[in-house]
Amino acid sequence: MTLQHFMNEAISPWMREQGPNHDIVLSSRIRLARNFADVPFPIIADQKDLEKIREFFKENYEHSSFEEHQNFEFISIRDLTAIEKSVLVEKHLISPLLAKKEGAAATLISDNEQVSVMINEEDHIRIQIYFPGLQLTKALSKALEFDDWIEEKVNYAFDETRGFLTSCPTNVGTGMRASVMMHLPALAMTKQINRMMPAINQLGLVVRGIYGEGSEALGNIFQISNQITLGKAEEHIIEDLESVVQQLIEHERKARTRILEQSGIELENRIFRSLGVLEYSRIIESKEAARCLSNVRLGIDLGIIKNVSRNILNELMVLTQPGFLQHYAKKTLTSTERDILRASLIRERLQFEE
Amino acid sequence: MECHECHERPATLHYTQVVNGHKTEVKICEVCAKEKGYMTTYPEEGYSLHNLLTGLFNFDTGHVKTPGSHIQKEHQCPKCGLTFSEFKQIGKFGCGECYHTFSANLNPIFRRVHSGNTEHRGKIPKRKGGSLHLKKQIVIYKAELQELIMNEEFEQAAVIRDKIKELEANINQKEAGDSK
Repeated sequence: MTLQHFMNEAISPWMREQGPNHDIVLSSRIRLARNFADVPFPIIADQKDLEKIREFFKENYEHSSFEEHQNFEFISIRDLTAIEKSVLVEKHLISPLLAKKEGAAATLISDNEQVSVMINEEDHIRIQIYFPGLQLTKALSKALEFDDWIEEKVNYAFDETRGFLTSCPTNVGTGMRASVMMHLPALAMTKQINRMMPAINQLGLVVRGIYGEGSEALGNIFQISNQITLGKAEEHIIEDLESVVQQLIEHERKARTRILEQSGIELENRIFRSLGVLEYSRIIESKEAARCLSNVRLGIDLGIIKNVSRNILNELMVLTQPGFLQHYAKKTLTSTERDILRASLIRERLQFEE
Repeated sequence: MECHECHERPATLHYTQVVNGHKTEVKICEVCAKEKGYMTTYPEEGYSLHNLLTGLFNFDTGHVKTPGSHIQKEHQCPKCGLTFSEFKQIGKFGCGECYHTFSANLNPIFRRVHSGNTEHRGKIPKRKGGSLHLKKQIVIYKAELQELIMNEEFEQAAVIRDKIKELEANINQKEAGDSK
């Protein structure tokens, strides 16, 4: 597995499988923050120490395998071009923070892209595991096993009362951030999501859009994650998150049915117009593309649009990000050039479906 | 609406700047926004969690300075050199040892960030946790033992008591092994 392989496909191999509740939940992710006990955290550590950690991971884990996650590719961030970094960020394989780091920052990515480890980000070690659909329990147990596997060789910074010690006090304890990516077009259309957010926040969970800034969620894709990492066991954090997600799924399904019953023709109109825009545009901005893709995906889920694969939303949301477009063009592009290329890639992808 | 800067492309971004109480609105296209530094490469950069956090930490710790008192030497982590005021400023710890160094001041912070919690209840690392697993198991067995005695189920209680003894012996053995 090479870097080129990660760069060429917009959607990761694991995303092709359909997980539970795949009509609404795109993916489940567990992230664990860990540190070496005897080295200061990256924010303050000597470059030499961080370099040793980088070397340690290269020596011990490059091309290693953990169960079905085979042949870990080891990539040093400093060896990547700006465009390559953006692509890895857009695929959510690494964080924007890691991409900005120079020096000893690195990553390990399994060939199915389901597991990645970020090295010398805010913490020395950040383990990330993805599962398609709603599979938090499975993702957690896999993440904890993987954590044990790393711990065989790493002396973790752990304290009996405070738990896993992390650079930021918001991660201490379990060091775990569990998140679920959901497509909630009907809750967004009816503005119900805004009313639900405060209640969700009160449970120690956060809802935010993953594309776009502020309260706006491009493509109606929302991420729900836990805020609290201290004082609750991993399993309980997951249970709370899962129960909120289940409720959101139910509300979304109800809202979809209601819209379909009350204004079916308007909804159908909206969905087909969006499909038309995607099929015929010559210039399309990311916002409009996201809006149309969300509508088309809803159309697929409701059986209004047939013969187009569900993956179109995740795939084209990633494929039409600036980094990917420029990787495809093999050069930097102005925003207008990007809008033109975006339109042409979307058209191509949709034709491929027919 | 066209971009205020280049007057060529359509303005897609609207910024409101407030400088000394003067409000100015800028309507600008993406290209100019990047050139003029309104935008950063990664969206996450614009929104800084740790700014919010450091805001959280800056509360009165109940330490009142009396006029004329000497400036106290600041609490500093012996391992990484981070001082408590630096910690409050950046909102990040410098190393694991900081958690011990600043321990006395951390509970209010953790309580705010983690809904009132200050102690870990989750995973204990398999290898490093060592006898900690066993200690936790003993606590569970002891509670069980109490209950069995209360219910006068002495036979079962004896079994649990033996299990506790076994675990305790195990711990002693492990700790003796660790300190060599």
